[in-house]
Amino acid sequence: MEVYLDNSATTKVCPEAVSAITLMLTENYGNPSSTHRKGLDASETLLKARKQVAGILSCAPDEIYFTAGGSVANNTAIFGTVQALRRRGNRIVTTSIEHPSVLRCMQDLESKGFEVIYLKPNRNGSFSQEDLFNAINKNTILVSIMAVNNEIGVINPVSMASKAIKRAGAPALLHCDAVQGFGKLPINPAKEGIDLLSVSAHKVHGPKGVGALYIRKGVQIRPHILGGGQENGMFAGTEPMPSIAGFGAACAAIPDIAKQLDKMTALRNYTAERLKTLPKVEINSPHDSLPYIINLSVAGIPSEVLINHLSRQGIFISAGSACKKGHRSEVLRAIGLPVQQIDSAVRVSFSRYSTDADADALINGIETAIQRFRR
Amino acid sequence: MKEIILIKNGELALKGLNRNTFEDMMIKNMRHRLSSLGNFTFTKSQSTITVTPEDDSVDRDEAVRRLSKVFGIAALSRAAVCEKDIDIIRKTAVEYLGDALSAVKTFKVEAKRSDKKFPLTSPQICEEVGGWLLEHVPGLRVDVHNPDITVTVEVRDKQAFIRGNQLHGAGGMPVGSGGNACLLISGGIDSPVAGWMMAKRGVRLTGVHFASPPYTSELAEHKVHELLEKVTEYAGRIRLFTVEFTEIQEAIRDNCPEEMFTITMRRFMMKIASAIAMRENCGALITGESLGQVASQTLHALGCTDECASIPVFRPCIGMDKNEIVEISRKIDTFEISIRPYEDCCTVFTPKHPRTRATVDMARKAEEMIANGEELIQRAIDSAVLKIIG
Repeated sequence: MEVYLDNSATTKVCPEAVSAITLMLTENYGNPSSTHRKGLDASETLLKARKQVAGILSCAPDEIYFTAGGSVANNTAIFGTVQALRRRGNRIVTTSIEHPSVLRCMQDLESKGFEVIYLKPNRNGSFSQEDLFNAINKNTILVSIMAVNNEIGVINPVSMASKAIKRAGAPALLHCDAVQGFGKLPINPAKEGIDLLSVSAHKVHGPKGVGALYIRKGVQIRPHILGGGQENGMFAGTEPMPSIAGFGAACAAIPDIAKQLDKMTALRNYTAERLKTLPKVEINSPHDSLPYIINLSVAGIPSEVLINHLSRQGIFISAGSACKKGHRSEVLRAIGLPVQQIDSAVRVSFSRYSTDADADALINGIETAIQRFRR
Repeated sequence: MKEIILIKNGELALKGLNRNTFEDMMIKNMRHRLSSLGNFTFTKSQSTITVTPEDDSVDRDEAVRRLSKVFGIAALSRAAVCEKDIDIIRKTAVEYLGDALSAVKTFKVEAKRSDKKFPLTSPQICEEVGGWLLEHVPGLRVDVHNPDITVTVEVRDKQAFIRGNQLHGAGGMPVGSGGNACLLISGGIDSPVAGWMMAKRGVRLTGVHFASPPYTSELAEHKVHELLEKVTEYAGRIRLFTVEFTEIQEAIRDNCPEEMFTITMRRFMMKIASAIAMRENCGALITGESLGQVASQTLHALGCTDECASIPVFRPCIGMDKNEIVEISRKIDTFEISIRPYEDCCTVFTPKHPRTRATVDMARKAEEMIANGEELIQRAIDSAVLKIIG
């Protein structure tokens, strides 16, 4: 038996993506820049994949730039913006709970003399709108805020930042790391005033090593890799066509987002109800968070012990966040959890393939852990 | 041009009638370590062993790298083989060492002649070869005291060898010549170093690792596999037994005074490891303990655990400082693996204030509080899973 409930870390590649990738590896192996027929076939697939990804964001295909994953998209958005706007201001606004591929860039920029304001999470796990409006001033050149927190699933009001930028009359571009929300929440960057948005294929049943950066038409940022001019000059290098085709196919296979959200809410509610029947199990995720993620604490069992115990039974979940090994989560502290509850926090993350039976297996696994290991 | 590897024995040369046995053991180890690269012929003559690849395309850089980790070897070098004719020797020297010599400033030539019928004496060989090299390698000077490269010409019975500088070998004694011993390996910095040190003295290692799932993770076990993989480059194949230790640790937690947790745990480890060691024909236990490093490694604590071992316990790190141990772990490339932050059985249920001056009497009493101790020990021994590393 294998019950995979760590879909915020990565997902299983869907069959549609597997066939698209296989086709690119075996038959449609041309270089999209080649002028012969084989190249043309590949460049048609490239355009098709661009349309498939754009479909999820309701944007134009030429606003999608394929990247080597979410971290590359984040790095490019941040450094590319700062390079382009450095003469117009010195302030950057972000939150203190971004992914390391954002936070590490910010630390680097601080060391180069930029002023970085980190919004702190409040009791709801998000930032306060008052703090946001206060932080953005006329000098601000970049605002970077994640769509969904990867530890507890809180959905951030990113579009608020766009209003704050307008009100301050700032030259800032608004970047959103949407890796955890893409394909799970309706996201329309144009409507929400987002200029740059990062997504990743492997969180939506696509392959690892490919992602995309949405760049709103008209926005100019500095290119990431110079070379043969691929991806409209932003990311040079022959396109990794198997990965890109797989990403496109995975996007095309995403079911209606709103309907899927209802199904996931039902699964989340079912799991939450069953968890409540277990003694001293607390759900840490707020009720209005993304239903794909449930952060919970089993009192008296440290996170690693529960994870190891479940792993031996073929049930795979993770600690609060897979990316922050060894650190006590800032989000969990901000939402007011006591230390013991943070140290026993685990993250269960669903995919559209998750079922009630998976939830049942999880509950049984936690139950045996409580009997055997609770202190 | 034919190229071989020359091996100089270390301490083995001091052995009397057993020397042959030791050399054969070392050759067997070398053969095993090189087996995946191709076939080699090993020839013993005087205090040198020549290693000749049967196929000329063999990766000699890799062969030398591997042999430099075989214990028993004092020094090694690659050498060109040629006919015993001074013209050919001179030409071969330029062809073989010209590149290396043009990258340095100074050199000297040394000659050895085991064939005393060779028409030139050793000084004459030096003069001929040295003069030829000076003529054919531009910008080179002779320095007989501190040369960058010493060119050595050995005229043997059937052929001549020409080589540049020697490399240091790993030293020590051939693995297997010192018997078998059982290494208690946790995943920290010290135990792989302790294993390496005893392997250097010719001991063949068997590993025992204590795992406490789910308190310890599968990653922690995998880490031990990776550590031993590094040690096998020196110590050869290692048989690793992984013992499930959870029950015993829980019994200690539930029954013993907290300050005695660690000592009691280590007493159980010694008993289990002794039993496995004896079953596997090992004559001693090896631990990475270093005096005073932690509470369980004080003189008192060691006294409490030592009495549980039914065979000698070797603690090669006992008199070393942490930075000395780290230095060796970097040299054998285990350090970066050791510092990965996974919980191991030694850090599960650690007491806040462990007793540093425990007496044997206190330790025995603490252990007796676990009523079914013998049964738990037997179960743990039976649970041991074997994995062959290397």
